[in-house]
Amino acid sequence: MDGAPQRPEEIIEPTNQEATPEAIARDAANWAKLTPSLTVGEVPADAVNINVTGRRQVSPIQGFGKMWQKTYKVTLTGGSATPQEVISEWKANFPKFWPPRNSFYGPLTGIAPGDVALLNLTMPGRLKLSTGVLVMYADDESFTLMTPQGHMFAGWITFSAYDKGGETVAQAQVLMRANDPMYEVGLTMGGHRSEDRFWEHTLTALAAHFGVDGEVDTQVVCVDKKRQWRNARNIRYNAAIRSSLYSMGAPFRAVSRSKPTATETTPPDDANKPTA
Amino acid sequence: MSQTATMDVRQAGRSASIVDVKGDVTANSEDVLMDAYNRASESGVRSIVLNFEGLDYMNSGGIGLLVTLLVRANRQRQQLFAYGLTDHYRQIFELTRLDEAVGIYDNERDALAAAGAR
Repeated sequence: MDGAPQRPEEIIEPTNQEATPEAIARDAANWAKLTPSLTVGEVPADAVNINVTGRRQVSPIQGFGKMWQKTYKVTLTGGSATPQEVISEWKANFPKFWPPRNSFYGPLTGIAPGDVALLNLTMPGRLKLSTGVLVMYADDESFTLMTPQGHMFAGWITFSAYDKGGETVAQAQVLMRANDPMYEVGLTMGGHRSEDRFWEHTLTALAAHFGVDGEVDTQVVCVDKKRQWRNARNIRYNAAIRSSLYSMGAPFRAVSRSKPTATETTPPDDANKPTA
Repeated sequence: MSQTATMDVRQAGRSASIVDVKGDVTANSEDVLMDAYNRASESGVRSIVLNFEGLDYMNSGGIGLLVTLLVRANRQRQQLFAYGLTDHYRQIFELTRLDEAVGIYDNERDALAAAGAR
């Protein structure tokens, strides 16, 4: 790249620019495929899907609030599970380790790149928040979930496990900005603490799954104190607002469902005839 | 197959520095990347150009590092540019929406032209 003429062999040799099969083979299967917007597969009857289908995934670059990196980790002291075994179990039982009253509706097969899962979360005030995540990356020792527009935060969470001095450490690391001004206020007024408790509970439950009474170490770093006001309009996708409106509409939907339809109100001609 | 990243820094005129990224970029590459960034910024350049021609592998931890690097660069009023990405990693930049903040070019000449260094 210094302007020197290329040697003939440089012209015919496959270069990294051309994506050699070797380069692709190493991690191509670990990443989600690029799609214009998120699509949710089969949805369970009790899951609410109003904020995921058709949305795009968002990184911290598209977020609004201060940027945070939060790291939660637990050492599985005395346990025998390898990092690969921890991640395998974590993927297979992901929602099992969550605090109660929070639901993760993912594929039954576990967590794989490109999967989109619905989340129905209980927020302060018993508000049910309907949102989701994209499995952005997954390999044997880690997996990463990326959030959609309207989620509380823009960014991703990487779940990983590694060996440290002969002991396996399980870790969840969040890189995030609040998605809009309303979420930024919410995070400041207790939302961050709630999130910390959520992942501390998760890691404690994961450790217990491997028979370890682990203590979670939490580290929080403010990576960027600046708020990105150009992204304040993200509030139009706010899943909390939309979920609240959806909840308020529940009685009307119930009435609408129970209202007899035209065919039900008009009995067939022989409906009231006595049977023989 | 290299297991760690190495990053050399070259000056490209007064306004840009080029960081030649080689090997594997993962969360473990933080010290190497930030050291390269510091060296690249020493002369007060306005643009940092990342050359990914030697990139072997990058996972989500590596992408996270690039987001953090972007924040540091913006804080110094610098712009980030990239070239030498394979189609695979270009798609990952699009998937993670890094492409909306990092200018991506086919080659060094185009990246430096965009950076105002040529």
